[in-house]
Amino acid sequence: MSLPAIHVQLRKKHRPLESVIHGFLFFCAGFSILITTGIILTLGFDALRFFTNDGADLWSFFTGTVWEPQIERFGILPLLNATLMTSLIAMLVAGPVGLAIGIYLAEYANRKTSGILKPILEILAGIPTVVYGYFAVTAVTPWLQATLGVDLVEFYNVFSAGLVMGILIIPLIASMAEDALAAVPRSLRQAGYAMGATKLEVSLQITLPAAASGIVAALVLGLSRAIGETMIVALAAGAGSKFTFNPFQGAETMTGHIVRISGGDISYQSVDYDSLFAIALLLFFITLTLNFFSRKIIEHFREVYE
Amino acid sequence: MNEAVIATEVALEVKNSDIFYGDFKAVLNLSMAYHHREITALIGPSGCGKSTLLRSLNRMNDLIPGTKITGEYLFQGKNIYDSDVDPVQVRRWIGMVFQKPNPFPKTIYENVAWGARINGYQGDLEELVVTSIQRVALWDEVKDKLHKPALALSGGQQQRLCIARTIAVKPEIVLMDEPTSALDPISTAKIEDLLDELKKTYTIIIVTHNMQQAGRVSDKAAFMLNGVLEEFGPTDQIFFNPKNPKTEAYISGRFG
Ligand SMILES: Nc1ncnc2c1ncn2[C@@H]1O[C@H](COP(=O)(O)OP(=O)(O)OP(=O)(O)O)[C@@H](O)[C@H]1O
Ligand SMILES: [Mg+2]
Repeated sequence: MSLPAIHVQLRKKHRPLESVIHGFLFFCAGFSILITTGIILTLGFDALRFFTNDGADLWSFFTGTVWEPQIERFGILPLLNATLMTSLIAMLVAGPVGLAIGIYLAEYANRKTSGILKPILEILAGIPTVVYGYFAVTAVTPWLQATLGVDLVEFYNVFSAGLVMGILIIPLIASMAEDALAAVPRSLRQAGYAMGATKLEVSLQITLPAAASGIVAALVLGLSRAIGETMIVALAAGAGSKFTFNPFQGAETMTGHIVRISGGDISYQSVDYDSLFAIALLLFFITLTLNFFSRKIIEHFREVYE
Repeated sequence: MNEAVIATEVALEVKNSDIFYGDFKAVLNLSMAYHHREITALIGPSGCGKSTLLRSLNRMNDLIPGTKITGEYLFQGKNIYDSDVDPVQVRRWIGMVFQKPNPFPKTIYENVAWGARINGYQGDLEELVVTSIQRVALWDEVKDKLHKPALALSGGQQQRLCIARTIAVKPEIVLMDEPTSALDPISTAKIEDLLDELKKTYTIIIVTHNMQQAGRVSDKAAFMLNGVLEEFGPTDQIFFNPKNPKTEAYISGRFG
């Protein structure tokens, strides 16, 4: 039996499976875009309705230092401030520790130690955040109070929540930092060693700067995770907004406020309810901006080594 | 010129060395000496152990898990594999240039200054950077962009920069593993000229697959086959009057 002539073989073939799979993948991608658009629209409309209320204009929303829905004071600053404080404390923990673990895994650990460390990090990353929240309230806060004094440390406080949130974010930063470092070509390390550099000099002065963009991206994503984190701050940082820079006092964060209010018996027609959407929209924009920047940074990173 | 190679002082001597990757023996009972201010070329078919040998000359093989090295590697009378020797210091005195140009993602200036700085260079760093770049004949091309990224240079310029940063550490010996195989003929010619100049100060050991290059630049040549050093002698002898039939077969195969 002979094959058909080549010009016949060249003809377009009908491949039904290809089209089906293509269609399915397109549907999945389209669906996620649809969902995102839906979320933005819901948030947007309800937030818009909030700002049509008197006592709730954009100016006082962004500059007001009091958030008391009962007396129609909607200044976001206390909530925003608490969010930034918990996130900052979390990053002060997760940044250095996560980075150190990342460097250790990428540059120092042999197969055996990373075989032990990595599963531990995965377990850490897999613990439900509510468990972290209880850990903050039942272990970290009492410890803080015992060491620093009950007068200084309130039972619900920003510090404890931030600390535990830092632990939560360590695995994220560690694994992203490790990936970024592992992507640095071996030839660069070899060049360093061939000039009489020690392992520490190569790790800190060659590999780390070469992975800088990936590392920054890891930190930015960690920060955005911290800002959006809810359960830990809801349980440990305190209920009720408070404009304070003292980390040992309680202060409600944006996310913490949203869960508490929406969890209570709140009327769906009230300004209080609408105000939650304004907060959520702001949160959404903050994390979106951060993710956008980290993506930009990662893109830059790719350009360098391909 | 190669006819009259004078027996000079020995810069590095390998005695009865076997090199293993795990159970695999990549180099067998090799002994050879590299002389001061000479260029020694290592030639031989792919996989014969040239890079393996080169890496063991400055303990870069330490970085590959599972390598084992026996025998002696005498540098300044000291076996560099003795347990009281710091491999970091060995590499400071015996530098290496790689096949693919691998500048650091730093500025041109920093690429050259870094090695000297980590090794505690006491003199005028800026002057060192300038003279090192001048010595590799790169100065005119980069003098206006010393603080621009090194990765923006062409491959040939990057390779000369890599040589500049190696000599800025002021080593005794420079090892080069196919330093021009990723470069165009013009860049290659520049580096070959450079080798002649560097020979005045450094002992150079170069791996190359380019027979003409080996013939042009080296004083001595070593032919390796399957991990065995088959023949080692003045380059002219190896190329035009090899004593070992295997060397002859390899050389003539290449020269047609
Ligand atoms: N890291 C390694 N692990 C295991 N075996 C290796 C390793 N590196 C090299 N080998 C083996 O050792 C032998 C010599 O390799 P080497 O790289 O020294 O050859 P070469 O002469 O430099 O070849 P080429 O001219 O292709 O660069 C080869 O059989 C190779 O497969
Ligand atoms: Mg090789």
